[in-house]
Amino acid sequence: MEKRVQEIVLRDSSTPAIPNLEIGGNVLVTRLDEIVNWARRNSIFPLTFGLACCAIEMMSTAAARFDLARFGMEVFRASPRQADLMIVAGRVSKKMAPVLRQIYDQMPAPKWVVSMGACASCGGIFNNYAIVQGVDQIVPVDVYVPGCPPSPDALIYALIKLQQKIRTQRLGMLLELKPRTEPLAIERGNGVQAITGEK
Amino acid sequence: MNIIRDVIKPISKGMKITLRHFLEPKDTVSYPEQRKEQFPRTRWRHVLLRYENGLERCIGCSLCAGACPVRCIYVEAAENTDEERYSPGERYAKRYEINLLRCIYCGYCQDACPTGAIVLREDYELADYTREAFIATKEMLLEPLPVRDEVAEAMAK
Repeated sequence: MEKRVQEIVLRDSSTPAIPNLEIGGNVLVTRLDEIVNWARRNSIFPLTFGLACCAIEMMSTAAARFDLARFGMEVFRASPRQADLMIVAGRVSKKMAPVLRQIYDQMPAPKWVVSMGACASCGGIFNNYAIVQGVDQIVPVDVYVPGCPPSPDALIYALIKLQQKIRTQRLGMLLELKPRTEPLAIERGNGVQAITGEK
Repeated sequence: MNIIRDVIKPISKGMKITLRHFLEPKDTVSYPEQRKEQFPRTRWRHVLLRYENGLERCIGCSLCAGACPVRCIYVEAAENTDEERYSPGERYAKRYEINLLRCIYCGYCQDACPTGAIVLREDYELADYTREAFIATKEMLLEPLPVRDEVAEAMAK
C-alpha cells in the first residue's frame, strides 16, 4: 500500500519574536523600541475578519463580560488600512484564500495575525478539498489558538501572548519581511495521517 | 412646545435607565487576574491518568483514535513485559500523541476510553507561537506519578 504524502510549506511569522532582548547595546534605540512597542501593543486595532462560528466567540470577547477594551483592542476596524491585527476566526475556504491574502497585503506594515480556532489553524474537522488546511499556508501567523471554538478567555490569553511577542520586537526588524521558503515542518503524529490518504 | 413634557421628562427618563445600569454590579471578568468559573464538565486540554499505584491506565487500544472525528490522536501500542511494566493489561501505549491544534475538544476520546485513561480538563491556556508546540506527546499528557505519603503509611501501621 503506497502512501500519499502531501508536503505543506509553512511560512514563518513575518514578525519573529526575539527570546532575549539584549539591553545595553544601543541605549538610544533600545529606549525608543520600548516606547514604540508599548504604544503598539496597547493599541492593537483588530480587523473584523469573522469567517465562521469562531467569530461569535470573538464578538463575545469584545463584549462586556470579557471586555477586550481592557487591552486597548476594542476598536474592530472594518477597513484593513486601519487595522494592525487580523484575527482569522473560522475556516478559510480555498475561494476565500486569495481574498484573505489581499486583505492582509492591504494592512499597513506592523501587522500581526492570530489564527483562531482549529479550522483556521489547520483545517480542523474540515479535512477536505474546499478548506485551506491552515491559514499559515497563505499568511504568516504569529499566534495560534486551538479550540473549537476557543473560549473568550483562551483568545484573550492568545492576545496577551501576542502582546508579549510585540514587546520583544525591535524597530528595524519589521522591515525585513522575509517569509521562509523551504518546507519548515510537516504536521507530525496523526496530523500526517490526516493529510496522508492511502491510495 | 412644552419644554418640561417634551424635553426634560423624556431625557430624565432615559438618563434614569443609564444611571440604573451604571449602578449595577459589573459583569466583566478581569481575565488574567481573575478567572471565570469553569463548569464541572469543561473540556479542554487532555490528561492521561494513572492508577493509584502509579501504573498507566492507558492500554494502547486506539479506541480514542478511532472515535476521534478529526483523527488528531496517534497511538502506538507495545507489549508489557514483567521487567518493564507500564499498565496492568497486556499492552501499553508506547507512543501517544495528540495534535492539540487539530483537536476540537469534543470529548469523544474520553467517552470511548474503556479504562477512563484519557480525560479532558480545564486548562484552556493553550495558545502558542509555533505549530510544533501543539504536538502533545505522552510525557506531556501523562499525569505526574503519585507522591507516596510516607507519613500516612506509617500512621496506618
